[in-house]
Amino acid sequence: MSSRLHVVVDRIKCDGSGLCAELLPELIRLDDWGYPILAQGPVPEHLRPLAERVVEECPMLAIALHRGKRTP
Amino acid sequence: MSNSVLWYATRGAGAVTIILLSCVVILGILSALRVQGESWPRFLTTGLHRNLALMTLVFLALHIVTAVVDTYTNLGWAAALIPFSSYYRTFWLGLGAIAFELLLAIVATSLVRAYIGHNMWRLIHWLTYTAWPVAVLHGLGTGTDTWSAWMLAITAACIAGVGAAIVLRLAAASRDPLATHRSAFRTAVERRDSR
Amino acid sequence: MRLLDAHSDLGPLPQVGRGFIDALERSGLAGRGGAGFSTATKWRAVGQRSRGDAVILVNGAEGEPQSKKDRVLMTAQPHLVLDGAFVAARVLRARRIVLYIGERHQAARAALARALERRPEPELRLVTFAAAPARYVAGAEAAAVHLVNEGFATPTTVPPYPFERGVDGAPTLVQNVETLAHVAVLARTGSLPGTMLLTFAGGVDHAGVVEAQVGTTIGDAVAMAGGPSSVPRAVLVGGYFGRWMRREEAWQLPLTPAAVLGCGVIGLLPEGRCPVCDTAEIMSYLAGESSAQCGPCFFGLRALADACTRIAEQGSNPGDLERLHRWAAEVRGRGACKHPDGAGIFLSSALSVFAADFAAHAPHVRWQSA
Repeated sequence: MSSRLHVVVDRIKCDGSGLCAELLPELIRLDDWGYPILAQGPVPEHLRPLAERVVEECPMLAIALHRGKRTP
Repeated sequence: MSNSVLWYATRGAGAVTIILLSCVVILGILSALRVQGESWPRFLTTGLHRNLALMTLVFLALHIVTAVVDTYTNLGWAAALIPFSSYYRTFWLGLGAIAFELLLAIVATSLVRAYIGHNMWRLIHWLTYTAWPVAVLHGLGTGTDTWSAWMLAITAACIAGVGAAIVLRLAAASRDPLATHRSAFRTAVERRDSR
Repeated sequence: MRLLDAHSDLGPLPQVGRGFIDALERSGLAGRGGAGFSTATKWRAVGQRSRGDAVILVNGAEGEPQSKKDRVLMTAQPHLVLDGAFVAARVLRARRIVLYIGERHQAARAALARALERRPEPELRLVTFAAAPARYVAGAEAAAVHLVNEGFATPTTVPPYPFERGVDGAPTLVQNVETLAHVAVLARTGSLPGTMLLTFAGGVDHAGVVEAQVGTTIGDAVAMAGGPSSVPRAVLVGGYFGRWMRREEAWQLPLTPAAVLGCGVIGLLPEGRCPVCDTAEIMSYLAGESSAQCGPCFFGLRALADACTRIAEQGSNPGDLERLHRWAAEVRGRGACKHPDGAGIFLSSALSVFAADFAAHAPHVRWQSA
């Protein structure tokens, strides 16, 4: 049970704005329609400030950082 | 501080405010249009939009404070906050108070966006389309310099810039293929479901 | 005691308490709604959070188009389904039961309504009906809860899961009707029937619902459905939410809830039917069933369907094939629900089992549907 942070996207709120991929290309890239594809695994420590900025900048407030991976 | 310095400061700050505000509105529209280029990422537009908005507030504060403190017009703080409460150019000044309060609401909600959620934030942010024209009218009506060449030119440029951006926004809404596809699909789904 | 055997008056429901969940766990009952999830685990999750306000959502939506088992069960044995629901209500301390029935399953709804009338008054008060729209994802848990709460059978973002916050904001158990019937048998007899309901479609002599022992191989189960009407080339295990398998692999596969996703639909593709054209048709259907809430699903499934249709109507081309493989992998896990996942897995299995057909398809006259 890791206490590292994971990027989580609310797929319904996400509108394919793409700012996340601009700010955090190491972890996020866009598919053919502009929607984010997330890299697996937790956010590396050195990218954490950028990840927090992504959360703030998403126009739809669709991205969040969660502690640990939630499994259904 | 001598009256005329304050007076010039008020007018100067007012002019800068309307220029900055117009840039902020244009950047906001460009952001919604998802404009980007090779060396212009989208977060640059949103970042500039935010920073210029904060700068606008600074100059707006300067504009208001110098106006209120100026003993020549004897405005008092009420005039800045309560629309249509001043003796001096009641209507046009009142518009300024309205624009000021709208902008305060818009900026405040943007600062706490994460807490109020996207929908509420968006609702209030649309007040921009009220705040900006009201501010322009306020400038035209109260401004001592309104009919000077430089102020006319500035106002004309602001109106042209924002006007062009609005036209672009209306045109693009119907040209963005992805959005059109999605709403057409949703309409078809709703129509099918309600049969 | 099998599920579909005719049952006369079953008598009053046995008293069960919280200890019933342990019995459920020991029995190993897995859900029959398509995910094969442990029923006991679900009940514990709701039970822990219930403060006497839990809701039991009886899921009889049956959105999978080829599946008939749920409506057959509801029509033939409504009392069994209701028994399971009332057992759940007692054990989980629920104060509401919602019968979520597909809007086109009139006979099932009528049977349940008639059966309800014969139950004691206090039980009647707990129950309401809700009509599930005839859409593929209407049977998904979050969509069911959404429909009851707000009238739209579209999935919502999870978490929060229904077992945390569902109907009326209360902990909600969303359980398939067949699973509840199994619960009823367990409560009445102390053991499970040990069977599962399957719907056979496509190239079988007697398409329809079959009750088979868990662990029966597909080959033996097909025999129960009258045998194949022609030599099948491949088997679709789990309907559109499942995957294609070659006949040789599939025939020996033991049937269990975990192995047969997509609520127990087994489809046989007879020799001579074009799998590329069939896949294109199914993908178009699945794309049309997207709720249009999430970009990757809405755009991805449409693009996949369009590419399949192009191959079907104009012949194979390397560009579309490459795109199919890439997109089928990319859509997975990127929607609010599992619809794109299901479609992606379905298509990937088709691309694998029918690789030769997809690589060399030439346009041809389509078979008329049977």
